Amino acid sequence: LTKPVPDPAAGAERLGPDFRLDRGASPSVVNGNDEYALEAALQLVEAHGGEVAILSMAPANATDTMRKALAMGALRGVLVTDPALAGADLPTTIRVLAAAAAGESFDLLLAGLDTSDGQGGAVAAGVAARLGLPLLSNAGAIDPDPATGRVQVRRLSAKGYDVIESPMPAVISCTQALGAPRYPSLKGIMAARSREIAQKAVADLPEAAVPADGVWATRVVEAEKPPARAAGRVVKAPPGEAAREIADFLAGRRII
Amino acid sequence: MPPVILAVAEVADGSLTRLSSEIATLARQLAESAGGSAVGLVVDAAPDAAAADLASYLPLVVAVTAPAVAGEVWAPHAAAEVRRLAGEGITHVLAGATVDGRDLAGTLVGLLDWGLLANASGATWSGDSPEVEAAVLGAKAITKSVLTGNTGIVTVRPNAVETSKAAAAGTVESRTAEGAATPAAAVLERVAEAGAEASLEEARVVVVGGRGVGSPEGFGIVDDLAAVLGGVVGATRASVDAGWIGYARQIGQTGKVVKPSLYLGLGVSGAMQHRVGMQSAESIVAVNRDPDAPIAEVADLFVIGDLFEVGPALLTELRARRGS
Ligand SMILES: Cc1cc2nc3c(=O)[nH]c(=O)nc-3n(C[C@H](O)[C@H](O)[C@H](O)COP(=O)(O)OP(=O)(O)OC[C@H]3O[C@@H](n4cnc5c(N)ncnc54)[C@H](O)[C@@H]3O)c2cc1C
Ligand SMILES: Nc1ncnc2c1ncn2[C@@H]1O[C@H](COP(=O)(O)O)[C@@H](O)[C@H]1O
Repeated sequence: LTKPVPDPAAGAERLGPDFRLDRGASPSVVNGNDEYALEAALQLVEAHGGEVAILSMAPANATDTMRKALAMGALRGVLVTDPALAGADLPTTIRVLAAAAAGESFDLLLAGLDTSDGQGGAVAAGVAARLGLPLLSNAGAIDPDPATGRVQVRRLSAKGYDVIESPMPAVISCTQALGAPRYPSLKGIMAARSREIAQKAVADLPEAAVPADGVWATRVVEAEKPPARAAGRVVKAPPGEAAREIADFLAGRRII
Repeated sequence: MPPVILAVAEVADGSLTRLSSEIATLARQLAESAGGSAVGLVVDAAPDAAAADLASYLPLVVAVTAPAVAGEVWAPHAAAEVRRLAGEGITHVLAGATVDGRDLAGTLVGLLDWGLLANASGATWSGDSPEVEAAVLGAKAITKSVLTGNTGIVTVRPNAVETSKAAAAGTVESRTAEGAATPAAAVLERVAEAGAEASLEEARVVVVGGRGVGSPEGFGIVDDLAAVLGGVVGATRASVDAGWIGYARQIGQTGKVVKPSLYLGLGVSGAMQHRVGMQSAESIVAVNRDPDAPIAEVADLFVIGDLFEVGPALLTELRARRGS
């Protein structure tokens, strides 16, 4: 599962007047965490065989961003795109992605842990629940065993990690701990141009219906820039003096 | 129809997490202003101690004894209990914006088709819905969002509310477990990394070592300062990727979001992806030898200097003041 998101590095993401993401305001990239998922998927097929396909729900022009993922080595893409899905809420996103995934056969469905433009971090679990599949979340390492049909995941926890295991097929949410994504090679970029991106609309996915009343489950009512922090004090002094300055500051704020 | 708000608690090492008491407080406050009611839920192999604690915040707590949680991931079991309670009239679910809480929230959206307001840093009741404040787009915007229907889920970040107990303790209703709502992965092993006992997200003081600390040993001064300040050690992605410290310590876009009283950064440049995880700290102090490091833009006190000189001097100063 890869989601095109506004490039956080460009720093131009903003919400439009309707409080929806203004997708024209910033160039799109593959969501950072999804690149780790894609890298993990590519390494898994290099080790065990098989193929990597990508699935996105996004505006029609997302094919450009999807080609970047294909250039890394994915063999084909499925893009669910439909004007009726603009600004889709989480339940709908989950229904749509689950319905589209149900049309494919797979051993592992990898998602990013969360997205830089929403950070809900709920899609993988929701898709797993709708598909009736186990969820292996927060993966820092993925180790499938084709012989037993089971997969082990190192699940990063607040304290360290847990080793968890389930039968395949399974849904896995992926973290940066899986390792840095590769850069697409020139050959990959060329090959990606001719790889198939199949487009689907809501009508092609009967399970995926949008709410009949056309009302999304959640609505943003207000958006503002975070309050700017007041300019701080700058200290350039010998270590002992700087240390006293810090200690005075902490005492002034009743931290010590 | 008045809302019935469920606070889903998490248990760590047998006791209620601090975030769970915050969520319970929030559920009670929302229910009070909505004219509804609040209920707590604990799902654990041994829920009783945590449930008793939770009942000091809420009029009613459901304690589910789920032995399977000892050897399987928690969310599918918790989801089964929430679904059962939804059938009994619960309208809103509050869970932690934690690893387990997010899994639960997503699972519930998949099962119940309810809306989700994620990562609340605050919430009030407004009209027919909680109005939830959350940072989006890497904290470039703060939004307030509502549910358009009468049911929904909210995940809550640490420190969204001050905990406060109810006037009188509530009752605990014990139940046996339903069994998992979705296939639950088996937990083969739980590994705690050194120094990771304290929760970064709940810490009042966070001392962070960036690439500037230079080595695993370089974290020594970070550890010492954290110890003397009663704080927890955090890291940047650069120091995590270098292998000097575990990923559980990373603060930022792909790590944890912290909101401590004090953030003290040593050798941290303050990249945007790091700032989204720490810029709502009450006080920010940074030590960096580069006067142009971007962290200066958010620091209340920016010290230009070498962390290996200023750090030990600060340690001495703090120890001296504590001694006096
Ligand atoms: C998709 C994506 C997600 C990311 N997510 C995160 C995230 O979650 N968290 C995160 O932190 N980063 C994240 N990053 C990385 C981020 O962009 C920065 O690279 C990272 O935060 C830099 O870490 P740093 O400040 O430790 O290192 P640097 O940027 O290398 O800064 C080190 C600083 O230490 C100073 N210094 C060096 N030696 C000393 C000394 N002896 N005394 C004093 N100062 C010294 C230097 O002047 C410098 O300012 C992400 C990047 C991407 C692309
Ligand atoms: N529109 C989408 N298309 C494809 N994948 C998505 C989409 N939205 C979310 N995902 C996947 O779900 C993960 C978590 O997203 P979220 O729950 O929105 O933070 C992402 O990292 C993606 O892998």
